Amino acid sequence: MNDDTTPPGTARHAYKSTLMTSEEMARALRRIAHEVIERNKGASDLALVGIHTRGVPLAEALAALIAEFEGVTPPVGKLDITLYRDDLTEIALQPVVKKTEVDFDVHGKRIVLVDDVLYTGRTARAALDALIDMGRPAVIQYAVMVDRGHRELPIRADYVGKNVPTSTSEVVHVRLASIDGDDQVDLWDEARP
Amino acid sequence: MSVTAIAGATDAAAARSLPQRPAAPARSGRRHLLDFTDWQVDELVALLDTAEVMAQVLTRTIKKVPALQGFTVASLFFEDSTRTRLSFERAARAQSADVMTFSAGGSSLKKGESMRDTLRTLDQLQADLYVVRHPAAGAPHQLARWTDAAVVNAGDGRHAHPTQALLDAYTFRAARRDATGAALPGAEAFGGQRIAIVGDVAHSRVARSNVELFTSLGAEVVLCGPPTLVPREFLDRPGVHVTHRLEEAVEGAAAVMALRMQRERMAAGLLPSVTEYVTRYQVTSRVLRSAADGAVVMHPGPMNRDVEIESSLADGPASVIERQVANGVPVRMAVLYTLLVGRR
Amino acid sequence: MSRVALRGGRLVDGSGDMGVHDLYLKDGVIEGLDLGGSVDVEHDASGTLVTPAFLDLHAHLRDPGQEVKEDLASGLAAAAAGGYGTVVSMANTDPVVDDPGLVADLVARAARTSGARLRPAAALSRGLGGEELTDFAALKAAGAVMITDDGIPVADSHLMRRACEYAAELGLVIQTHSEDPALRAKGVMNEGAVSHRLGLPGNPVEAESLMLFRDGELARMTGARVHLAHVSSKRGIEVASWLKAGGAPITIEVTPHHLTLTDESLASFDPLYKVAPPLRSAADVAYLRDALHGGVIDSIGTDHAPHTLAEKERDMLEAPFGISTIEVTFALLYTELVAAGALPLARLLHLLQDGPAAVMGWAPPRLAVGAPADIVVLDLERVREVDAAHLTSKAKHTPWQGTPLRGWPVLTVVAGAAVFERR
Repeated sequence: MNDDTTPPGTARHAYKSTLMTSEEMARALRRIAHEVIERNKGASDLALVGIHTRGVPLAEALAALIAEFEGVTPPVGKLDITLYRDDLTEIALQPVVKKTEVDFDVHGKRIVLVDDVLYTGRTARAALDALIDMGRPAVIQYAVMVDRGHRELPIRADYVGKNVPTSTSEVVHVRLASIDGDDQVDLWDEARP
Repeated sequence: MSVTAIAGATDAAAARSLPQRPAAPARSGRRHLLDFTDWQVDELVALLDTAEVMAQVLTRTIKKVPALQGFTVASLFFEDSTRTRLSFERAARAQSADVMTFSAGGSSLKKGESMRDTLRTLDQLQADLYVVRHPAAGAPHQLARWTDAAVVNAGDGRHAHPTQALLDAYTFRAARRDATGAALPGAEAFGGQRIAIVGDVAHSRVARSNVELFTSLGAEVVLCGPPTLVPREFLDRPGVHVTHRLEEAVEGAAAVMALRMQRERMAAGLLPSVTEYVTRYQVTSRVLRSAADGAVVMHPGPMNRDVEIESSLADGPASVIERQVANGVPVRMAVLYTLLVGRR
Repeated sequence: MSRVALRGGRLVDGSGDMGVHDLYLKDGVIEGLDLGGSVDVEHDASGTLVTPAFLDLHAHLRDPGQEVKEDLASGLAAAAAGGYGTVVSMANTDPVVDDPGLVADLVARAARTSGARLRPAAALSRGLGGEELTDFAALKAAGAVMITDDGIPVADSHLMRRACEYAAELGLVIQTHSEDPALRAKGVMNEGAVSHRLGLPGNPVEAESLMLFRDGELARMTGARVHLAHVSSKRGIEVASWLKAGGAPITIEVTPHHLTLTDESLASFDPLYKVAPPLRSAADVAYLRDALHGGVIDSIGTDHAPHTLAEKERDMLEAPFGISTIEVTFALLYTELVAAGALPLARLLHLLQDGPAAVMGWAPPRLAVGAPADIVVLDLERVREVDAAHLTSKAKHTPWQGTPLRGWPVLTVVAGAAVFERR
């Protein structure tokens, strides 16, 4: 889950409902791929950067779709934002710093940041800082599978798979085949004893 | 992987559970890095892995991350060392930490004054972490008892220099990966490998910390030097051997580390002469022939060229000495990050 | 003068266990057992052991000149709190006690100070410089009972020989600090596996054994009574006992810390454990403990060496050597040796009473009619944690802080007056 800010063991969660099935996720990705191509007038100078961990397989899937539609495969980078977070004190576990692998020059590129869930916006802000420290992109856009509301910063997504109003006790879990074995978006809530 | 692949039908909710976050190690809980006593292999490997990430940061256009913004790192150098101090300060600034420097030349650090009193004054400045170098073994350990801040040992007498050992291990691991072409994750690069450390071992904090670290990571360490500088019962622990014969030490070694031979040792009667030392213990390309294939030559610096190490060997293809120096900054970045993150 | 009764304690001295009695003191001496009659002061000693107050031949009271660490008042009071009735004070003060006037001054001031009795030692060489002998006869006349440069070894064997010859003629005991200065070098701890691991400069046992051999030989050669202070190692005991068996008029002292702490303590890098001679290996400590049983070791001396907390908070190379021991010595040794079953109580008491008396040629302390009323009442059941807040010495920080110990003095009487009472 994207919710790295939830300290473990503070609440026990139980499955509540499925927000998106595998087919719905696939359809949303195809739509987003088309939107990205349209908004950016093609795929030249386009690059996708997935935010660790779950943004990465999503970015790779998106790149494959763009290649299918446009015949051009945009490069895909992997971004670890641990060193840019502003909320480290709230993390109970020592954050494991993973490698950032952005093997192309970001200068002048049209970058689409990709993540699974947009919540408070802090991860997106950290990703923006990290990206800008690497160079000067021409444009940065932001794509997420689920926007669950409760923004704490003035951040918005350019491309959204599904908008889901949630409460703060709930957790949105985007399952991805390469990590969890299947594709599904689930909603979990605090278990009432 | 493509999300368009149809996965299995939706399972019953009861069969599912929220996945745990991927294997994040429990909070380090480490307040200080004084030496490697009680450090576990996974913590040591985590430092090396984090250093790799930090090294990548240093290749970017903006060689800086905001990870330690708002933290203050203070250097307390009771013993001068410009190189090490600057390496730590670079490591702090590259993570946006603020830096304060107190050095032996200044009036703030007086020999013989109660260290605790000195620390009380400094604590008013609210540093989050002290990097301490001191001529007396154990000084950082004493300071750590008296402060709430984190303490990193940058060298205490002859006892320890843990960040030097970490950068040596980091350099060694990278060299092994290059030599074998294999990924060698975790501590694999060290298992069963022999490291030879040659020279004035008895007076060397670098030797002591390297012994601790490399043996913890699974390597075998051979200590070699004249009997006056490498007592036979030295560091009697598993994985350590002592020999006074250089050929024996280097046999099959994956790395040979030469220690600086200080001329004061001659004055103190511990060695007859430089010539005597060079004849028996200088690390040369000829000596290296009995080492393992792809063996690397290391030195903690600064070098006495053509004393403990043949000058041409120090500059040759087997030498990773310059890489050791460069690796100091990312390794120290990883140490500062690991000790400070989540403290506030 | 007052008449004092100590009621219902078990009376024990070097002659044996006399059973439970009331002990009466009058005019500063022992009057007798179970005499009855009115008294001016009485103490309930039921459930305790009543025994002659201990003798310490080796304490640094730091007076004159280093009163920030300890002075006569605090030192003699601390000794009383430790159950000691008599203390021989060392001469390495500032100025050094190398002059009869300084000895007389100490004697006079001590007479006005409450606490254990003071018997001053005087320096062997002027200013502890190791070059010129002091005036032994004048020092003895002024009240010095022992000659010693303790704190510093006498490096010059010729000087030591001459000192032995003079002392022998005057019947004075010479106490030695036997460490070869060159081998000792800058060592701050025992040289061995631990010092190699910690990277601290080491002081090998051979620095002690070599010098003990020299001092013992000179004793044999001259007939001087030489008291070998703080022998710390197996090798040291072996050398000293061999010379003793060969007829050298030497006596052997060990300290409480060398019987209970090893060099592994230094792994904490805490200068509270920095002492000279250094804490030795576990094997040495075990050997010393065994050697307490036979006649090899003559006495236990505290080597009480107080320093200020600030001094002990310097680094390992700069901090001064010494441990503040006198108040906890009995409880420490009772707990670790007697209560643990490793040493009979009678033997421990001997090493604190008759043993030191014999070293000095003094009468063995007895609870006998007419003997000086120097008595300690010991509660052998009571367990207390060592706490700096409750120590009388100015040096309140000890390695045993927070350690629960059993067997504490609850009353110390000197010359018939109570000089220490534990609430």
